[in-house]
Amino acid sequence: MKYVDDFRRRDLARALAQTIAREIRPDRIYQLMEFCGGHTHAIFRYGIQNFMPSNVQLIHGPGCPVCVLPMGRIDNAIELARDHKVILCSYGDVLRVPASGRKSLLQARAEGADVRLVYSTLDALKIARENPQRTVVFFAIGFETTTPPTAVAIEQARKENLTNFSVFCNHVLTPPAIHHILETPQVENESKPVNIDGFLGPSHVSSIIGTRPYEFIAEQYHKPVVIAGFEPLDVMYSTLMLVRQINEGRCAIENEYTRVVSSEGNRKAQNRVAEVMELRLEFEWRGLGIVPNSALQIKSAYAEFDAEKRFNLPAVRSSDIKGCACSSILRGVKKPTDCKLFGIVCNPENPMGSCMVSSEGACAAYWSYGRFRQSQVPRSSVT
Amino acid sequence: MSTDSGRFPLRLNIPGAVVEMRHGSGGRSMSQLIEEIFLKHFDNELLRAANDQAAFNVSTGRMVMSTDGYVISPLFFPGGDIGSLSVHGTINDVAMSGARPLYLSAGFILEEGFPMADLEKIVISMAHAAHDASVPIVTGDTKVVNRGKGDGVFITTTGIGIVPHNVMISSEQAQPGDAILVSGTIGDHGIAIMANRENLDFETTIKSDSAALHTLVADMVTAAPAIHCLRDPTRGGLATVLNELAYQSHVGMKLDEQMIPVKPAVQALCELLGLDPLYVACEGRLVCICAQQDASRILEAMRAHPLGSEAAIIGEVIEDTHGFVQMETCFGGNRVVDWLAGEPLPRIC
Repeated sequence: MKYVDDFRRRDLARALAQTIAREIRPDRIYQLMEFCGGHTHAIFRYGIQNFMPSNVQLIHGPGCPVCVLPMGRIDNAIELARDHKVILCSYGDVLRVPASGRKSLLQARAEGADVRLVYSTLDALKIARENPQRTVVFFAIGFETTTPPTAVAIEQARKENLTNFSVFCNHVLTPPAIHHILETPQVENESKPVNIDGFLGPSHVSSIIGTRPYEFIAEQYHKPVVIAGFEPLDVMYSTLMLVRQINEGRCAIENEYTRVVSSEGNRKAQNRVAEVMELRLEFEWRGLGIVPNSALQIKSAYAEFDAEKRFNLPAVRSSDIKGCACSSILRGVKKPTDCKLFGIVCNPENPMGSCMVSSEGACAAYWSYGRFRQSQVPRSSVT
Repeated sequence: MSTDSGRFPLRLNIPGAVVEMRHGSGGRSMSQLIEEIFLKHFDNELLRAANDQAAFNVSTGRMVMSTDGYVISPLFFPGGDIGSLSVHGTINDVAMSGARPLYLSAGFILEEGFPMADLEKIVISMAHAAHDASVPIVTGDTKVVNRGKGDGVFITTTGIGIVPHNVMISSEQAQPGDAILVSGTIGDHGIAIMANRENLDFETTIKSDSAALHTLVADMVTAAPAIHCLRDPTRGGLATVLNELAYQSHVGMKLDEQMIPVKPAVQALCELLGLDPLYVACEGRLVCICAQQDASRILEAMRAHPLGSEAAIIGEVIEDTHGFVQMETCFGGNRVVDWLAGEPLPRIC
């Protein structure tokens, strides 16, 4: 624990906070988007906002893999488990996400479906080996970080001739989502767009893809990016690096998380993914809508391991719930507390929109970690 | 009931036998199971009377009663098993009123096919736990359900106890200014269980903290009878217990994360799994809320007891009509420590 404790030291946090306060220009606002849910979680978990001057505003982006998974894909997963009677395996917090009809995989399990929580794709392969008479589907979700283990599982399944194993692939890509937010900063009929001054770039995702794929953000959109680690001091120091770039009028891709991330990324992992998967022309993101070239699918050479093809899964288009402000919150146009549903009908026990679904979502973090801020300004909707 | 070797010509073949439906049918087989497993190990005068109830005299005063069901998986884990847990847990629920626990009852729901040897192991563990705590199991019940209708064994225990005259502990009594104490490191039990679930191949030395806390409570009550609230943080962990107390007392709480004791191994596993130790279960810890002027005396009494050696003052009760539990994080920021939402599930990345 010593290793992480060093990145949580409060004396260093205070010193960094003083430096940030000294260096910011009081005459402007710094609107910085942390793309990743991991950062959002750290910001609220450690109370990082307490250290930030009021004109440094953190916008919580869509980088929470559970949050952005559209409901239609969970409908598909429930269909696999319930109607096709497969053993459906997936990672922890995806199991409680409500699909259409408010039903989650956990509820499907309570009704008799065989839904199992796994900690890695190796567990899913093991289940397939141990249950040769059953069909096993791994419900694969996540950004570039969780994609290589899925690719390796597919290759391994072919090697072992595990014909009862397949993958329902929902892996999504970070750079196209950032591109989409920069291209469509405004939601229809909503208030005016927010100008994002810079990005705190993903940490785990970047360990796989490296820093290069973000270069378009600086080149095309003239926004600075700092790849930031997930520990609280990483977040604070990266914020300082962004403030400095903005003050100096620079827009470069800088890397704070050098202890893990290189410019090239993890080539071996990239190759494994490239062997098994290819780009999807478009994919629906909960809260963002259809985003072109933003997800991966399994190549036809591995079609027998593609659950979508194997079970001929229908494309289910789901619309977000009426009144839900997630699409504006993900773009920084609104705060969770601006949403009419927040805290009234939408809370972590009963999430209505993407940002409330996982503890990494902006609304869930506001609700779980930040409610006392609202308690200081009484509001009838917050109880 | 004395052991009558003539009634059962063959003794139970415990190493090879499994629980069968006949063991719950009320006939000779059930009688033999009771005699050769339950009575043999729980042995005490009240149980030996073999009535449908246990009869005993009580002194005048306030009595408390509590019941709890135990459905844990895995049944055996480092630091205990479902048997010891079912004794400790109910003793603790009784003791959180400040009471001295007197007697326990135990109800077993056994699944057809459950190995008799495992049942005996569990019963022996319960007998040891009850003996060590000096709280005998004086009445019980056994049912057998069809294979597939249970998960091996479910145990329900009920306890009664008697509260000393000058003690009045209740969860709506926390007052602004009160001190919040915890008796030791949090999350040990939950992490020990999680690390031993079959699909998690972690090798850890973490043991469940499962323990009977009534002697610790007795020492605390002796040191300062005017304790306001006591509660043991089981499911939902410390965070849930503090939210319950804040809600019931209509107060807020302010914690200092640096003061909350967590074992490094528990912290490390929580980091790996994306869990927060504040929400992970304990089975041998308690939270105490008392007036500020009693806090150091109670802390001293706790630390002098083997089950409270790592006790700490972790925060204070504040005025807050919202009933929020707030915390200054180890990092120096502030956050709310909310109720647990749903089941704690590992995060993806």
